[in-house]
Amino acid sequence: MAAPTMDRSTAAAPASPVQTLTISKALNMGLRAAMEANPKVIMMGEDIGKLGGVFRITDGLQKDFGEQRVLDTPLAESGIIGTAVGLAIRGYRPVCEIQFDGFIFPGFDQIVSQVAKLHYRTQGKIKLPIVIRVPFGGGIGAVEHHSESPESYFAHTAGLKVVSCSNPADAYWMIQQAIDSDDPVLFFEPKRRYYEKGEVDTTAQPGKLFESRVLRSGTDATLVAYGPMVRTSLDAANAAAEDGTSLEVIDLRTLSPLDLAPVYDSVRRTGRLIVVSEAPSESSISSEIAAKVQQECFYSLQAPVLRVTGFDTPYPPSKLEEEFLPDLDRVLHAVDRSLAW
Amino acid sequence: MSSPEQWTHPEPDAAPAATAAKPTAEQVIAGLRATDEGGADLVQLLTPEGERVTHPDFDIDITAEELRGLYRDMVLIRRVDREANALQRKGQLGIWVPLLGQEAAQIGAGRAMRQTDMAFPSYREHGIAWTRGINPTELLGIFRGTDQGTWDPVEKRFHPYTIVIGNQVLNAAGYAMGQKFDGKVGDDEGEATMCFFGDGATSQGDVHEGFVWAAVYDAPLVFFCQNNQWAISEPTERQSRLPLYQRARGYGFPGIRVDGNDVLATLAVTKWALDECRHGNGPILIEAFTYRMDAHTTSDDPTRYRLSDELEMWKLKDPIERVKVYLVRQQWADHEFFESVEADADKLGEELREFCTNMPDPPAERIFSNVYAEGSPVLDAQRDEFLDYVSGFAGGEH
Repeated sequence: MAAPTMDRSTAAAPASPVQTLTISKALNMGLRAAMEANPKVIMMGEDIGKLGGVFRITDGLQKDFGEQRVLDTPLAESGIIGTAVGLAIRGYRPVCEIQFDGFIFPGFDQIVSQVAKLHYRTQGKIKLPIVIRVPFGGGIGAVEHHSESPESYFAHTAGLKVVSCSNPADAYWMIQQAIDSDDPVLFFEPKRRYYEKGEVDTTAQPGKLFESRVLRSGTDATLVAYGPMVRTSLDAANAAAEDGTSLEVIDLRTLSPLDLAPVYDSVRRTGRLIVVSEAPSESSISSEIAAKVQQECFYSLQAPVLRVTGFDTPYPPSKLEEEFLPDLDRVLHAVDRSLAW
Repeated sequence: MSSPEQWTHPEPDAAPAATAAKPTAEQVIAGLRATDEGGADLVQLLTPEGERVTHPDFDIDITAEELRGLYRDMVLIRRVDREANALQRKGQLGIWVPLLGQEAAQIGAGRAMRQTDMAFPSYREHGIAWTRGINPTELLGIFRGTDQGTWDPVEKRFHPYTIVIGNQVLNAAGYAMGQKFDGKVGDDEGEATMCFFGDGATSQGDVHEGFVWAAVYDAPLVFFCQNNQWAISEPTERQSRLPLYQRARGYGFPGIRVDGNDVLATLAVTKWALDECRHGNGPILIEAFTYRMDAHTTSDDPTRYRLSDELEMWKLKDPIERVKVYLVRQQWADHEFFESVEADADKLGEELREFCTNMPDPPAERIFSNVYAEGSPVLDAQRDEFLDYVSGFAGGEH
């Protein structure tokens, strides 16, 4: 579809507050809105200025806000994160783009040692309102290091908050809420869903950032997913409905802190839980959910918590990623196993 | 005073042949090494014997009162250091990181800063902390394990001690970029940032990246490298073949080596560098050539890796003695002055001991406090469960 023109005059007064947008465009509009709302919001990253980012998420922002607010940085991730720390101390609200998931590791030291800990070290005297945007996950036929799901490393680190959007409306609102947060937020964007469309009401009152959401009600089993696997889970629920199985689908949205109250509530009704994630399963978000649900819903469970995830291997050559990544059939297979337990 | 251009922009057609001022790369490799003092390249204004010398590019007008102040700073911070070291030996601190021998580098650099300048320390910067108005008692908690630094880094313009080697260099570069973005650079009222790190840190990627970032954004940042010759057990030649200050050239900004045991030279060079930065001519690298006269930390044993001869040689270059000699020779200070400084040091040491031995342990809630600015319900639940568990022991035997 023809996305609305991003000329600032039209963006300020759109013909209708409800627009059909891609996740990519919704993120772009969300970033723009955040920059308009607060002059201290700046963007930092590789190729995000003139090029607009390799996924064009920051398209047009440097042109409109200038090179001092949209920084084409030198090519080093530790440098991006480490200087964002100093800028945040100076009063800025940096939004860092990590070009691809697998490139975040040169910045891992700064994220874990400084971004996550300075508020604690200084007992609140330093706040770091930094957002680190990470296009993540596979399914785009890419070379190595371009398809990974590293979110668990960051959810495991105290002091960081971690979220993931799954649809355009959340993309638009969650990125602005993450920028508003006084805590550092890792913002995982489902890169293979960037061009999926949905309705965005730019005047609606958004839900809270750190809350999970039930996207589809059901009675027989619960699917929990986040980011790119939300679409897969919704597709699975549609397919299951045709066979008479009613699946509840919950979009986790926040990975740290986890908001599992809706999950507990759901599992107490359905008695069955399947967690769907692209990330390897060992010591992951999915294992954390399994552990907590068995603790909180022990007497409600009719079957063990099952997980449908990427395998515990490095991300494979892309010709094998269809086998590696959870898909509709693997999710339905897990549903069948759970129901048959 | 020479301009930074002489380091920043070499003549494009300059022949590689050696000149007196500029050795070829081959001569550098074959000749001057990272651990060599540097001869004519070393900026010095007060010799180890206490002789005042001049330098063609750097000099400083200093009054008797100012020099007495620098002397007092150095004596007091050395006393803080020795007291804290002793407190560790008595079991009052878990560890201490001695600064012995680096007093001139830190007092000279610290006193060059203005209140509006910002400093990013590593973890041996007790002298810098002193110049930023941090009470030395505030350093103790870090090493006793009661806190992780309690001063207000915004009010004091002194960042928390950074323990991961080199991390703070990038944080400083970002802060300095912010000073520039805020329009606080460009005239005599401008702001600047100082970043402190050691010879070992120069091998870290973050230091390299900090050099790159500061250079391409023209950040008002003075990189102040205290080359104390040892990164725990590894000599500077394990970090670099080239003298460290010469690395700046590759990044396109000036690099200067100063006698880090000479408080006057350090003050002069740092003031110059900060002024260049506040006027928009940053960044600048200063290598303060000094010596760690004590161990890396109280857990270290330098006898396993270095000869006592080396220490004896550096004792002759003591940063405090040369100032004392000069003050006496100039008749800028009398016996009474030195006595009063000693008395101040005694008093400070006593305060430190008194404070340290009476520091309370933090309460258990401290584990959970201020992990997040906006809280976390998951963490709150974990805290409540733990505190409930702890309260079960209240009044009873554990």
